[in-house]
Amino acid sequence: MSEFVFFINNVIVSGLVAGSIYALGAVGVTLIFGILRFAHFAHGDMMTLGAFITLVLSWVLAGMGVSSGLPLAYFVVPLAVAITIVAALGLDRLFYAPLRAKGAKPVTLLIASIGVTMMLQGLIRLLFGTGTYSLFDTVPKVIHRIPVEGSTRDITFTQPQAIGVIVTIIAVVALHLFLKRSRNGKAMRAVADNPDLAQVSGINIRKIVRLTWIIGAGLACLAGTFLALDVTVKPDLAFNILLPIFAAAIVGGVGQVYGAIVAGYLIGFAEVLAVFNWGVLLRPFRDSLPEWVPAQLAIVPTEYKVTVAFVILVVTLLLRPTGIFRGASST
Amino acid sequence: MSLISLDAVVGGYGGVPILNGVDIAIAASDIGVIVGPNGAGKSTTLKAVFGLVKVTAGAIRFEGRDIANARPDALVPMGLGYVPQEKNVFPSLTVQENLEMGAFIRADAYGDTLASVFEMFPPLKEKRRQKAGELSGGQRQMVAMGRALMGKPKLLMLDEPSAGLSPKYVLEIFERIVAINRGGVGILMVEQNARQALAIASRGFVLAGGRNLFTGTGRELLADPEVARSFLGGGPAA
Repeated sequence: MSEFVFFINNVIVSGLVAGSIYALGAVGVTLIFGILRFAHFAHGDMMTLGAFITLVLSWVLAGMGVSSGLPLAYFVVPLAVAITIVAALGLDRLFYAPLRAKGAKPVTLLIASIGVTMMLQGLIRLLFGTGTYSLFDTVPKVIHRIPVEGSTRDITFTQPQAIGVIVTIIAVVALHLFLKRSRNGKAMRAVADNPDLAQVSGINIRKIVRLTWIIGAGLACLAGTFLALDVTVKPDLAFNILLPIFAAAIVGGVGQVYGAIVAGYLIGFAEVLAVFNWGVLLRPFRDSLPEWVPAQLAIVPTEYKVTVAFVILVVTLLLRPTGIFRGASST
Repeated sequence: MSLISLDAVVGGYGGVPILNGVDIAIAASDIGVIVGPNGAGKSTTLKAVFGLVKVTAGAIRFEGRDIANARPDALVPMGLGYVPQEKNVFPSLTVQENLEMGAFIRADAYGDTLASVFEMFPPLKEKRRQKAGELSGGQRQMVAMGRALMGKPKLLMLDEPSAGLSPKYVLEIFERIVAINRGGVGILMVEQNARQALAIASRGFVLAGGRNLFTGTGRELLADPEVARSFLGGGPAA
């Protein structure tokens, strides 16, 4: 039973957390690709930016003498989301919009977004250095424990993990309702489907582009803050998970919001399953097993975790090039 | 006064102009049909009206207002509707959502218009929850026309509405076009089925090389031996 609880803690809890963060990031990447037709390389750094904005705002709140039993980061997230959105709209106005106006090819916009990545990372390092920061300076991270009968271990997860997963679910449901029910949400899907026809139907493409950045950047800030609450705040926080996020967007079928969500969780769980030590589950039968069965039975060592997303990406592209949910091509 | 008028319109995609002086004028009661050989600039004429092609000389007036080079999403609220020849539906949206996109610019309730579109194209009501990409060519054309009608246009422009349709659907689509026109909507359309289209046209325009070759009523063009020989295949219709 203890072994089973170990599995829940290391696979179910970790997979849900990683999957939620990947899903939030991948939805933004896939929406931006669907509407603006380019791979937004700077999306990871937009997540990092969101986390740093949360960090600074929580410092400001602490400086104003506010204290709480909860980390101050929780209270400033809505404002951090708003500021990240403004920053994203500003980046679009400064760098991407002029290129679009000139009719730049998607690859030009991709390269521009790599430039934005470097700029954001440089800016963050300039202001905050290369060190790590914690959002739990003043209060300890609350750890929830659920005792399981017959087990020496408890099911454990932290408070930010629980809140993060719940917020992700709320955000996904809200996005679903927006895309399916609201006028602007339907117009967004129409633009992704056929931008020329959307324009001749009277839909203002520029407004839809703004809406795309608002949603993409808002979700990126949530994902970055979630990640920062789970680990720490650092300049390369989300750049490191850019590969699984892009893999999720591609595996899900580029432009397909639901595909990105499903693939985000798929890759999150695949990663934790791949690095999970299956030997643990065999421990109760240790005495009856032959000698040659090793105690360590992970599919890949933890340090090679990043290869999991890559393998899934390559296999998907070989077997089903348009992704699980049939996605758009890059043209 | 004409609903729409093009005076000596010159334009293209940059580089050599495709339109070299097109003159078109139709009233709200008219069905105007543009015919002509491939590359004559028929579709380009519609695109020029809708701001999708750069107009470099001449004037385009809609209800007396100059609309040359206006943005398409600014023209829709003025009362222009346009059905492109290809890719004229949103494939991953349902039939009903496609129609709703046609009403995107309207602030008022569009339930009545939706009901009248369903009345005009009964198959659409049946399939309103189905994705438009799953429909047959004829039904897609209905969705495309219905989408444009949802904006309550004063002028409906159709680019080869009968292209690729079976004869049964061609007849049905033409019947609907006449019905839409009787409802007070001016029609300007490009057609390959020249003979059939001119039969329902009150105004006909034969374009070649980006300029008008013949202009007249549909009947006049059908009866003109030269038009018949060059563009309709065979002699004048009996």
